[in-house]
Amino acid sequence: MPEYGFFVYLAVCAGVTYLIRMLPLVLVRKKIKNRFVLSFLYYIPFAVLTVMTVPACFYATGNIWSAIAGVAVALFVAWKGKGLPVVAACACVGALAVEVLCRYVLV
Amino acid sequence: MKHNSFKKGLVDGLPIGIGYLSVSFAFGIFAIANGLAIPETLLISMTNVTSAGQLAAVPIIAGGGLLSELVVSQIIINLRYALMSVSLSQKLGPSVRLFDRFLISFVNTDEVFAVASAQSGTVGRGYMYGLITTPYLGWSLGTLLGAVAGDILPEIITAALGLAIYGMFIAIVMPGVRSHRATAFCVGVAAALSVAFYYLPVLRDIPDGFVIIICAVAAALLCAAVAPIEVTEEGGADNA
Repeated sequence: MPEYGFFVYLAVCAGVTYLIRMLPLVLVRKKIKNRFVLSFLYYIPFAVLTVMTVPACFYATGNIWSAIAGVAVALFVAWKGKGLPVVAACACVGALAVEVLCRYVLV
Repeated sequence: MKHNSFKKGLVDGLPIGIGYLSVSFAFGIFAIANGLAIPETLLISMTNVTSAGQLAAVPIIAGGGLLSELVVSQIIINLRYALMSVSLSQKLGPSVRLFDRFLISFVNTDEVFAVASAQSGTVGRGYMYGLITTPYLGWSLGTLLGAVAGDILPEIITAALGLAIYGMFIAIVMPGVRSHRATAFCVGVAAALSVAFYYLPVLRDIPDGFVIIICAVAAALLCAAVAPIEVTEEGGADNA
C-alpha cells in the first residue's frame, strides 16, 4: 500500500458501503415506481456476482482442474436447490478431491 | 401484525449467523492469501459487513489500488443494498426511530433484508436489533477464524477453501437463473463480458474494480431494456 495506508482504504470502503445502505433507509420513504430503474436494480446483483465469479473461480485453487471440478459440483448442488453453506462446502470438497487425485494418485 | 420481539429476531437471525460463519471463513482465508494481516481482515468485515463488496475491495486494498476504483466498485457492487434499504424503510414500524435506522442499515445484508421482508406487517426496533445480532457476530467471528486458519492450515486445504466464496455466489445466483429466463440471459451476458475483459488484449489491462462495474452495468442495462421485470403492487421488484 504505497500511497494511502490501510486505514484510508478501510475508511473509504466502509464509509461508501455504509452510506449506500444508510441514506435510502433514512431519507427515502416513497416507493420507486420507475420500471426501468427497478429492473436495473433487480438485475445488478446477478450481473455483479457473475462477473466476480467468471472466470476468477477457475483460478481460485491454483489448479484449473480442481477448480473446474469444484465449480461443477457447486453448479449441480445449487441447481438441486441447496442453500449457501451447502453449496460452498460442496465446491470445496469437490476441488479438494481432485486436488488430492492430482497430487497423490495420478503422479 | 407487528413483530417487535428482540427474542424472535434473535431466533430468526440465528440461521443467517451460522450460514455467515462458513462464508466469512472463506473471506478470511481469501484476504490472508491476498497479503492482508489478520487484524486488517477482521476490521474489514466488522466495518463493511458485505460479501461481494469486501471480496472486490481486498485486491484493491492489498495491491495499493486507486481510491476511485475502490469507491466506484463499492457503489456498483453494493448498489442493491440501496434498493433493499428503500424497501426496508417501508417495512419498519413506528417504534423504529431515526437513530435506529442509522444502526439497522449498517447490517442490512441480503439475508437480513430477506428475512425482515418475509414478516407479515411491520417490524419493530426490538425485532430488527435481534435479527441483526447473530449475523454480525457470525460474520465477524467467521472472518477471524478464517484469517487465523489461512495462516495455519495446509496449502491443499486453503486452496480448496478458496472456492467457497464462489460457491456461495453460485448459490445466490442459481435460483434466479432457474426460475427466470431473462435472469439466465443476464448472467450469460455478464459472464461473456467478464471473460472478454479477462483475456482480450487492451481490455485485460483495465483494473478489476472497473471491469466489474463496466460488465455488470452493461449486462443489467441491456436486460432492463429488453426484459423489464414485472413490478408488484407494493412497488418492489418481482422476478416470478
